[in-house]
Amino acid sequence: MHVPSTVAARLPIASDMDLTWIRQYVRQVTAELGFGLVQQTKLVTAASELARNALVHGGGGEMEVTQVARGRVRGLRLVFSDSGPGIADTELALSDGYTSGGGLGLGLGGARRLVHEFTLDSRPGQGTTVTITAWASEPPAPRKAV
Amino acid sequence: MTRPLPAAAGTHVPVLTLDDVLLVTVQRNLDDRAAEWLRQDIARAVTESTATGVVIDVSGVEVVDSFLGRVLADIAPTVKLLAAQTVLAGIRPAVAVTLVELGLTLPGLRTALHIEQALRLVREPCGAHDDTNPRQGGV
Repeated sequence: MHVPSTVAARLPIASDMDLTWIRQYVRQVTAELGFGLVQQTKLVTAASELARNALVHGGGGEMEVTQVARGRVRGLRLVFSDSGPGIADTELALSDGYTSGGGLGLGLGGARRLVHEFTLDSRPGQGTTVTITAWASEPPAPRKAV
Repeated sequence: MTRPLPAAAGTHVPVLTLDDVLLVTVQRNLDDRAAEWLRQDIARAVTESTATGVVIDVSGVEVVDSFLGRVLADIAPTVKLLAAQTVLAGIRPAVAVTLVELGLTLPGLRTALHIEQALRLVREPCGAHDDTNPRQGGV
């Protein structure tokens, strides 16, 4: 059950200073939404990775913030978009150790592990959009046979 | 929510000398430039002092992403080349959980729960307790 949600904010990603502000902003919003400390830290870290990707590889962009709800559970959706060169092989870009230079290659794959939902949309020449969602409490995991 | 003034950005991290140990306290919000300065500042401080150990207190750090993680991971080998040891003190539980999920386990770093334990550990000969639990202290 999805409740209609509206975009709460758009934050620019154009400098190191913006990354600092994005971390502070996500920390504050997740705290207000009732995220636990670990869940807050995970989402702030994921946001930091993706914002830095947009800055370093995409030449800057923006982060769109939307508060979402599923039943009584509240969550936060963050959309990072840039109009940089894009990614030719998104599967490869998500694998650990893959780097287009400089970093540890943990950014995308690492960010994916830190959130509940993750989608990467990118094509060469058309920029990159990464959408992540995290919930204040863990969504029920499907039962697995042991 | 108001955006803070940009004046605080790029501030150098304070390095304190305690006898033979340099105590580096990383403040709460470290921007990328300050993180890059951190390693250089520590390296310079080690060469300009007679310190044989460096303790980095990160208890005030609420977020370590892969960028800051790499800076921290690079400090120990840099300091080692300058004939000193490094211990990272006070990683927050939420940061530890996040680092592991991120894939960054900082294998080359010696860690301590707090500054007191770190000061003990950093004065021990290198490798003396690498395979033991640092909580056991000097035993």
